[in-house]
Amino acid sequence: MLSRVADSIYWMSRYIERAENTARFVDVVRHLVLDLPDQVSNQWESLIMATGDNELFEERYGDSNEAIETNVIKFLTFDRENPNSIFSCLWSARENARSVREAISSEMWEQINRSYLMVKDPQAKDRVDNDPAAFFSHFKKACHLFLGVTDATMTHGEGWHFGRMGRLLERADKTSRLIDVKYFVLLPRIDYVGSPYDSLQWTALLKSLSAFEMYRKKHHDIVPKRVAEFLILDRQFPRSLHYCLIKAEESLHAITGSPAGTFSNLAEQHIGRLGAEIDYAEIQEILDSGLHEYLDAFQLRLNNIGDAIVDSFFAALPTTS
Amino acid sequence: MNFNSYSTEGFFDELFDANGQPRQGAAILIERINNLPKMDLIRRQKAAETAMMNLGITFAVYGDEQGAEKIIPFDIIPRVIESKDWEKIEAGLKQRVMALNLFIDDIYHDQKILRDKIIPAEVVTSASSFRKQCIGLDPPKGIWCHITGTDLVRGSDGEFYVLEDNMRCPSGVSYVLENRQILKRTFPRVFEASRVRPVDDYANRLGQTLQYLAPESISDPKVVVLTPGTYNSAYFEHSYLAQQMGVELVEGRDLVIHDGFVMMRTTRGLARVDVIYRRIDDDFIDPLTFREDSMLGVPGLIDVYRAGRVALANAPGTGVADDKVIYAYVPDMIKYYLNEDAILPNVPTYLCWRDKDRQHVLENLEQLVVKAANESGGYGMLIGPASTKQERDDFAAKIRATPRNYIAQPVVSLSRVPVVAGDQFEGRHVDLRPYILYGKDVYVLPGGLTRVALRKGSLVVNSSQGGGSKDTWVIQDHADSPSQSQDQSQDHASNQSNQSNQSNQSQSFT
Repeated sequence: MLSRVADSIYWMSRYIERAENTARFVDVVRHLVLDLPDQVSNQWESLIMATGDNELFEERYGDSNEAIETNVIKFLTFDRENPNSIFSCLWSARENARSVREAISSEMWEQINRSYLMVKDPQAKDRVDNDPAAFFSHFKKACHLFLGVTDATMTHGEGWHFGRMGRLLERADKTSRLIDVKYFVLLPRIDYVGSPYDSLQWTALLKSLSAFEMYRKKHHDIVPKRVAEFLILDRQFPRSLHYCLIKAEESLHAITGSPAGTFSNLAEQHIGRLGAEIDYAEIQEILDSGLHEYLDAFQLRLNNIGDAIVDSFFAALPTTS
Repeated sequence: MNFNSYSTEGFFDELFDANGQPRQGAAILIERINNLPKMDLIRRQKAAETAMMNLGITFAVYGDEQGAEKIIPFDIIPRVIESKDWEKIEAGLKQRVMALNLFIDDIYHDQKILRDKIIPAEVVTSASSFRKQCIGLDPPKGIWCHITGTDLVRGSDGEFYVLEDNMRCPSGVSYVLENRQILKRTFPRVFEASRVRPVDDYANRLGQTLQYLAPESISDPKVVVLTPGTYNSAYFEHSYLAQQMGVELVEGRDLVIHDGFVMMRTTRGLARVDVIYRRIDDDFIDPLTFREDSMLGVPGLIDVYRAGRVALANAPGTGVADDKVIYAYVPDMIKYYLNEDAILPNVPTYLCWRDKDRQHVLENLEQLVVKAANESGGYGMLIGPASTKQERDDFAAKIRATPRNYIAQPVVSLSRVPVVAGDQFEGRHVDLRPYILYGKDVYVLPGGLTRVALRKGSLVVNSSQGGGSKDTWVIQDHADSPSQSQDQSQDHASNQSNQSNQSNQSQSFT
């Protein structure tokens, strides 16, 4: 497959996943705000901290007199200057899709196009103001539809694997940041740990990751340690870090053809090492070393994997094989 | 909405005869539309537009920072062509393309037609689309113009005339295919009953035409479509055709010349390319041979082509046949190379480099259409009856300065078709661009792109000038098999249509 096409499918997939997770970010904070008393509701700022776009937000809305909630939602949903807003992500996903329309299925293209038109619709802003829950849930469904259409209509060959790898690396990054929202929310008020609010917050986090019911089936009670374990180490829940790494690594090996447990390029080496560590990790060790620090380090290593993929497949000019 | 108050206003109408009666092939369609509930047609038109938006069949509005996109204006009333008209068009186009191919081959080799003084040599060598770099080139199988999109117009006499031969990278066929998909959804029952000849086979035929060009030693040739990129206004078509054929869509930067072959950069290294359907003009295709400032092409491509290690469609240099002065000689070419009379006539053309013609043109600017010899897309054109004194003076000056660059034609009263205009039907002028593939044999897609001037009274159908498009229905012959005489089966009841639609197709027109 053309390097340029692989590159575009990979990024198309990443951007859709990123947009979906931005909707989840907004969701988790909306739940937190509803559940918490007024005096502890600086969650919107925490949210911006967790996304890592706090500097840009400050620059864009520092002088604004509007309610922070309004600004955050604007920033994360429609702001064209924010490269990670839902609008920007969809625009980028669609531009990537447009450049590889012949490589993906028409159904995939149509679905991306419809999602883009949905966010671009001038009435979308009113819909978010009037009923944000409905808008974001509708949007998440549009992303899931794209996923389903992709699985059902595209050959599960090289291009599909590039797409899945991009999606899961993006998802691992975003899940880790969503878990981190909890850390930033609690940061100023460490005495809340273990309080009834604590359990409410973990519940909100699980819900925003569509993980609440699946968690319940496994552990029943909301225990912070178990929640963290579920979202980080579970091998089967499709948004956990561990699951994302397992499947991304699988796709990488499907692309190169090198056997599992070996590596033929830097990307495989990096992802293999991280995967092996998480295979044998214990939640208690992670909590002892500091959850936030662990997640931070995890994100850095995901970035290295991403860079190595670009170097191995898209950037360097391959020589004759 | 119905056609009761529709008037042809004295123009030749594609759906109604001079007495206002529906033409034979259009009768079922007209009856159906007349019986639709009020507003139903407008709802269908809207649904068709929404479908196009969702499918992203759009073009970018240049200069719009909000990234505005528009669909190509589309009218849901199809244009209908009866089989007897189509048979003539098809035969005429095949004849014309074969003669033009022989002409191009001659021009870049022995130039017999010039030595025999059928065409003055300076007309050819002074054409801005004549490529001296192509002299001596031998394209695979001797075919230069694999894909042609000839523009036809129908005059008030009901005759089809050739207006232009587009032998470089004619676009629009993707709209033919997409329009058909949408019309099938819009009028499923009429479509079935009207016995419309299918166009869906085009991508398949195009793929075969391209594969035919590969060196015979290669059993599974690698075919690609070469596009200038996503910012090109015809990008939708490039990607659509690649997708429909199941081949790679490449940009210049994906290709590299390596060890004397054209290679594409893949995730597993370089892979060889055998046939390139290029949608980039000659000028930009190889900076080492043509324009050296081109960023779109592949340096060294023409050398590989010359060595016969890659095929290009269309071959470089075919644009010479698009020159509007050379166009005027096509009937002579048909006579010279095929010893036949042209089946489809040209529009009468005055060549301004001839003193007598020029004088006539300058004296009658107000009644003529003047065109620059090497422009397309409706640019560089003066429509006499609609022009101002200032515009005519400007053109007169240009014609005197460079007479070789201008031709003039009488205004053809283009035929019309009804379109949905607000809540009623109004007539608008149309042309027709059929697509011709030249591979193992010559194939004419039954139908083509009907472009319609959506502005009332306008004669300019180009999409860059406010034109839209319509689906084009070529009606199947009544006969159930070609061996049967046509007038035996007057009855064309709709219940026969299904089977004959299938069986007749392959027999009568290959």
